[in-house]
Amino acid sequence: MASSKKPTRFRVVGKAHRKVDATAKVTGVTRFADDLFLPRMLFAKLLRSPHPHARIISIDTSKAAALPGVKAVLVGKDLPIPFGILPVSQDEHALALDKVRFVGDPVAAVAATSEEAATEALDLIAVEYEVLRAFPDALDAVEHPEPAIHDYADAGNIHKLIHLEFGDVDRGLAEADLVREDLFFFEGNTHLPMEQHAAVADWSPPPDGKLTLWSATQTPHYVHRALAKVLELPAARIRVIACPNGGAFGGKSDPFSHEIVVAKLAMITGRPVKITLTREEVFYCHRGRHPTLMWVKTGVKKDGAITGMHFKSLLDGGGYGSYGVASTYYTGALQTVTYHVPRYKFQGARAFTNKPPCGPKRGHGTPQPRFALEVHLDKIAEQLGMDPAELRLKHLVPPNSLTANWLRIGTMGLGPCIEKVVRGSGWKQKFKQLPYGKGIGLACSSYITGAGLPIYWNAMPHSGVQLKCDRGGGVTVFCGSTEIGQGSDSILATIVAEVLGLHPFDVAVVTGDTDLTPVDLGSYSSRVTLMTGNAAIQAAERARDVIARHAAKKLETPIERITFAEGRVFDVQEPERGLTFAEAVQLAEAAEGTVGTVGSYTPAPSAAKYRGAGVGPSPAYSYSACVAEVDVDPATGIVRVPKIWIAHDVGRAINAATVMGQIEGSVYMGLGEALMEEMAYRGNRNVVHKIPSLLEYKSPTTLEMCDVVTYVVEDPDPNGPFGAKECGQGPLLPVPPAVANAVYDAVGVRIDEVPITPEKVFKALRRKEKGEAARFGPARFPDIAWPEPTRVAPPWDGGDGRAAEGGRGRKKAAEGARR
Amino acid sequence: MADAKAKIALELNGEPVEVAFAPHKTLLEVLREDLGLTGTKHGCELGECGTCTVLVDGTPVLSCLVLGLACAGHRVKTVEGMAERGTLHPLQEAFAELGAAQCGYCTPAFLLAAEALLATDPSPTRDDIKLALSGNLCRCTGYIKIYEAVELAAARMRGEDAKPAPETLYGVQ
Ligand code: FES
Ligand code: FES
Repeated sequence: MASSKKPTRFRVVGKAHRKVDATAKVTGVTRFADDLFLPRMLFAKLLRSPHPHARIISIDTSKAAALPGVKAVLVGKDLPIPFGILPVSQDEHALALDKVRFVGDPVAAVAATSEEAATEALDLIAVEYEVLRAFPDALDAVEHPEPAIHDYADAGNIHKLIHLEFGDVDRGLAEADLVREDLFFFEGNTHLPMEQHAAVADWSPPPDGKLTLWSATQTPHYVHRALAKVLELPAARIRVIACPNGGAFGGKSDPFSHEIVVAKLAMITGRPVKITLTREEVFYCHRGRHPTLMWVKTGVKKDGAITGMHFKSLLDGGGYGSYGVASTYYTGALQTVTYHVPRYKFQGARAFTNKPPCGPKRGHGTPQPRFALEVHLDKIAEQLGMDPAELRLKHLVPPNSLTANWLRIGTMGLGPCIEKVVRGSGWKQKFKQLPYGKGIGLACSSYITGAGLPIYWNAMPHSGVQLKCDRGGGVTVFCGSTEIGQGSDSILATIVAEVLGLHPFDVAVVTGDTDLTPVDLGSYSSRVTLMTGNAAIQAAERARDVIARHAAKKLETPIERITFAEGRVFDVQEPERGLTFAEAVQLAEAAEGTVGTVGSYTPAPSAAKYRGAGVGPSPAYSYSACVAEVDVDPATGIVRVPKIWIAHDVGRAINAATVMGQIEGSVYMGLGEALMEEMAYRGNRNVVHKIPSLLEYKSPTTLEMCDVVTYVVEDPDPNGPFGAKECGQGPLLPVPPAVANAVYDAVGVRIDEVPITPEKVFKALRRKEKGEAARFGPARFPDIAWPEPTRVAPPWDGGDGRAAEGGRGRKKAAEGARR
Repeated sequence: MADAKAKIALELNGEPVEVAFAPHKTLLEVLREDLGLTGTKHGCELGECGTCTVLVDGTPVLSCLVLGLACAGHRVKTVEGMAERGTLHPLQEAFAELGAAQCGYCTPAFLLAAEALLATDPSPTRDDIKLALSGNLCRCTGYIKIYEAVELAAARMRGEDAKPAPETLYGVQ
């Protein structure tokens, strides 16, 4: 097993387990949201805007309402209260109030006795629009402040502007032996979960006045809050149940229009209402990867040591805020956590445009800058005449250290990760030595294990667990986390089983139900294993203590000698002296009443105390290294990736099989982003999505997926449950830059843009032939009126994590730090 | 909408059934809405993703593209028919064991497509498996655990005492 080199006392943790929901999933028994059918259920459909940017002059729903089978019709003024995932961007309405901001923006809704009747009714709704100038991309939005897409923004159509400086970067660049500047572009792409979003609402009329919503959501807690706000119902009368998600990847982590709409329709009609989005509508929901233009300038010494780095990003946000403010910060947050960067400056901007909103997709705002940084470093290594692996290995951020932007690094396993993929791939024999057309490339990355700060400011735990021990010996764990396929239910069962000496199948798991389970903030930011795991350990240890006390009394043994294993509670020095777990629970229950405990987890306060430091801090950082091998056909520009080697520092695997699955799935998704996936819109002013279908949105099938060689590196982190860090997002990040670097090794052209399509490779090869720059990528970064920087001294310059006197937001940050 | 219902008889998961439904309905809709078998999923309802795959007379078909009416008198098999008498099919067993079902949404379709493959070729190569499953999309697994599960199940169905390779579950040491 993976941890065999470091023998441990674990009985359950670290082994490969069948997931607790595996049987339900392979027998088709798992109930996804669209599998729910309630008696008298109605079906809802949304009317969506055909215009990218328009004012609504009038809506006439009378004909639709008169259609047989139609039970209710809603428009924007029926749900006038705005909502949004972030407190700073409450800019969405369930149905457009006076303006539409992208093709597909919901305008009206119908509930009818059948989907057919609801669809027919949509055609009978007459909407009159005044079409406005539309903004197809971020450059256009930066250059044209009018007409404003929203009436709030940092400047014109620039939603958010960020400027942070950690130390004197100009001085750092002046000390360098080599200063290099590069431009990169990462095209937007989407989550594409196989399950289309679906939700079912049910309303129990007053005096109950109780609403139940089942939904394919990663964040039932945030949906709960949004429903309470928009419907003006007490949260105590709303129950949100997160159904197992049929894939999510960040695409089901906003509260959505359709969830609020079915809730309202159920309240009006007094009948259950279901909505299932069509695949085309899922493309309109989006919230995927922000298209991001990036500029980076780095100074290095002859040995590759970085002396200073300046990074700029411009994100194309689409029509609404979503997680965008956080995404923008993320494009500048994690540049510092892999290789030592002594001075660092970040300028980030997010523009509103007239496209489906962008938000968090696997890696949230960090795959784009990681692509830029890792290709940039490859170019620097070449200029310095260094091996790219050596350059990286030489300048790793040390474990247990602070970065320039005050992120606290714990364990840091990137070194062993690089060594494993270098050795495994035969890097030293292949790099620069393969025949023309074949190439090999290396890249690394890091990702957070949960955001250190919550989305809305509060002092409560990020994760809560309740545990109930049954006198029959079973244990039930209740937690608000949501199973999206990543295996979070099994993590809970495995951890509780480890502590209480049971088998994971002895543990029943109840998750994602706001009536039954304590809050967990949701399945995002790779937070679930660490945060629910720590909460589960606390709850289980408390239960173990109660049970041990009474077992010790019965066995007349000192409590320190009581051990839980194999479903028994026994004296560790005389193992035959013991009780079954059930007997031990009965003793405890007889003495103290019902055996139930709670556990919770709140991350430690961050070292960073400046405004903007809400993004980046994490209890632990995972690390990955990747080598990709490519075949490039110079005649067509087609890139094939036969094999990828990936090593991931997971801290400790809780369930080895799940870790493997998460790593392989991340590599797959990274490969899709590297080679083919893109949210493409028609270039004219109508900004219609070109290809809202699974056929035309290219994603890897079995025929494009590469072989993957996986190495699991375990360096237990003291902040993780049994040392575990994340593995569901980080391993995606190094794949696109590794492929780009390999393409360069193969045919000598730089593709500074993702996806690396045949057309781009072909164009770059033509340029090379003509003696022009052997490159495909963006040519300029626009002038942006940046605000004054928030200046924060790095730890080694005597800083305290706060912004310099007079810096923006010092007071707010200080308040935040006291939470 | 107001179509009179049509009634057909078919063999469903080894049992004769009769079902009445609006005649425009696809097999996918008939299975899920009229027969209550929600194990068959959908990702597009346009024939693009393979998620709705079921077996008709042993051949994988996209149930979103087949009219329910066209199944009169045919043998239809869905994921609900794979386990027999409370025992998982070897493919189900291997998928569960290796974690080849992550979210599990694509899983019923992959299982049935794989079952059809093994029925005609009990010893498929990795490339044969890739080809046979190339019409099915999975966004979670990167397909690797799916291939390994099909290979494991195939070996067991041939009567071999096969176990997953350690690097499948733990990575390369
Ligand atoms: S649902 Fe996608 S092919 Fe049938
Ligand atoms: S397991 Fe989620 S789509 Fe295949």
